[in-house]
Amino acid sequence: MEERISMVHGSGGAATNELIGAIFAKEFASKTLDRMEDSAVVEGAGKIAMTTDSFVVTPVSYPGGDIGRLCICGTVNDLLMRGAKPKYITCGFILQEGLEVAKLQEIVHSMAECAREAGVEIVAGDTKVVSGNGELYINTAGVGFVPEDREVSAERVCVGDAVIVSGNLGDHHAAILGTRMGIVNEIKSDNAPLGDIVEALFEAGIDVHTMRDVTRGGLATVLKELAKTSDTTIELEEEKLPVTPQVKDFCGLLGLDPLYMGNEGKLVALVPANQAEKAVEAIRKAKYGEEACIVGYVNDSAPGKLYIRTRIGGLRNLEVLQGEGLPRIC
Amino acid sequence: MNRHKTRRMSLEEMREFLADYDGPEINIMEVCGSHTAAISKNGIRGMLSEKLHLISGPGCPVCVTPTAYVDRLIELAMTPNTCVVTFGDMLRVPGSKQSLSEASGMGGRAVMVYSPMDIFQLAEKEPKTTFVFAALGFETTTPVYALLLEEIIERKIDNVKLLTALKTMPGVIAYLCENGASIQGYLAPGHVAAVTGSKLFQPLAEKYQIPFAVSGFEGEEILAALCGIVKAFADEDCRSKVMNFYPAVVSVEGNTRAQELVAKYFKPTDAAWRGMGIVPGTGMELREEYKKYDMGSHDLVEDNKKNKACCCDQILMGKMQPQDCPLFGKVCKPLTPQGACMVSEEGACHSAFACQ
Repeated sequence: MEERISMVHGSGGAATNELIGAIFAKEFASKTLDRMEDSAVVEGAGKIAMTTDSFVVTPVSYPGGDIGRLCICGTVNDLLMRGAKPKYITCGFILQEGLEVAKLQEIVHSMAECAREAGVEIVAGDTKVVSGNGELYINTAGVGFVPEDREVSAERVCVGDAVIVSGNLGDHHAAILGTRMGIVNEIKSDNAPLGDIVEALFEAGIDVHTMRDVTRGGLATVLKELAKTSDTTIELEEEKLPVTPQVKDFCGLLGLDPLYMGNEGKLVALVPANQAEKAVEAIRKAKYGEEACIVGYVNDSAPGKLYIRTRIGGLRNLEVLQGEGLPRIC
Repeated sequence: MNRHKTRRMSLEEMREFLADYDGPEINIMEVCGSHTAAISKNGIRGMLSEKLHLISGPGCPVCVTPTAYVDRLIELAMTPNTCVVTFGDMLRVPGSKQSLSEASGMGGRAVMVYSPMDIFQLAEKEPKTTFVFAALGFETTTPVYALLLEEIIERKIDNVKLLTALKTMPGVIAYLCENGASIQGYLAPGHVAAVTGSKLFQPLAEKYQIPFAVSGFEGEEILAALCGIVKAFADEDCRSKVMNFYPAVVSVEGNTRAQELVAKYFKPTDAAWRGMGIVPGTGMELREEYKKYDMGSHDLVEDNKKNKACCCDQILMGKMQPQDCPLFGKVCKPLTPQGACMVSEEGACHSAFACQ
């Protein structure tokens, strides 16, 4: 096989088959996918959760992960945030001419590994080639099943809920930006599937009111939207926010605010305050949840507002991220 | 020049002092955009007594840049084989008709970087394109552009140029003092003072009998400086004081190496400030011998508001609060800025919008 992708790999003919056989079919092998039919026919019933996502991150590999791992994490985490158990994934690859086949191989391998870790099956795929500079984009769809007794939705947020984050803020954003700018540091992306954390919460019997994946826009954007949807007030404590010293310094250097920086392996959960300690304990025992903590509470002082009590005792109002933030972070 | 010698107050004492203050009303101007942002980030306005007012001054470099400069950047971005390189905020500042980011949607070329030095990578990749850095800022940033120039000359790079809109603080503070701004104390910018030394503010404090407190950008540092100003204002003998609340970073003399570097490449000039017109001696431009690296920065003085009702000029001079502008929060929001003060996180209007 050639070293680089060319237009012929998108022809649908022999070269496409060769590419699929050498890379995708090998890495994603499963009973369903091996059939190579026009669509996958899969088992499942009940409440179905569906999602779709596109991944355009640049660079495609960064400290702690790559676009392959990212696309699985992003997709399963979206399903998990509604209480679903992720089951199936499809993926469409848009490859630019000139992409190194070895790079593609590496990304597809990391994708397959992450899918195994997350317990999802990649059941269908597609490949197209376009002209360009050797980059690649991935579009996914995800399907999961929601157990009957689970109801996780923004509408359930209520006064008295505790706000829990599953770990340190800003790592993915800082890792991507650091790589782009060539700033030497030890920050790694936190891209991770959050299935263990979510299941741990339900197994501990926590009545999870709502959960959100803390991605683009950061914690402030996610919580401001929740405050508006639920017509409640969320008040955070600056001192409680978990941020590693490395990310804190990185932010200081560039004038960034961890509250508005994206993660790819962190969730925020709103649960009744009297279950909050138990929920934190459960998350901390789960994979990727070691740094979980309570960062604030919901009250009714000013519906729709998100505040943070600052370290020196001031009260700061937080809005959703304004402007573009950092483009192509996922 | 006085190092602040009184016993350090605890956080609790500072909070109480500023919340319970019941003397004459005091307007304190924070001249620096980074202070505006830090005050908002720390929620400091809400911690102060009703007798204490914080007023944002003309210290956000993006906010004070006249429209002619933005228009010139757009003209360059639209020129074939030319690319404008800038910090993010500048992309969205309205010129007389449009912003740089709108122009790049119409075929212009503008790239955002986090460090001016990133321009060299771009220039190396495309030797036939001229890359123009939008070099704006105050005393803090000018040394960085001097370093940039030093590297351009040393490496004999001929496709990197500057469009400058560099400003200096003392002249504009004097302008405010003489043009009816009612200010009883200045929170002086720590970053500027780190380069220039705290001595920069001494003549102003003495001439106008207004205390200056050089401050860092952490919440506690700002609170300490505010306490210092309030105390100095109460004591007539102290009104001409420059207090240094940032001694770990700021000395009396400043960073002489940086000062020399700036003096090597730049010389003082008159500068146009958005909404204020030309203020003599408040700018820096390239010296004659380095003019070949300049892309036409001189005479960019036109200042035509995109929206005639915009009150940025009054706000920059501390004569009006952002909330009093008829456009504020209505047509003028961070995503649809009508004036420059709504663009940058350091702008008075942006900051006030975020704190609503």
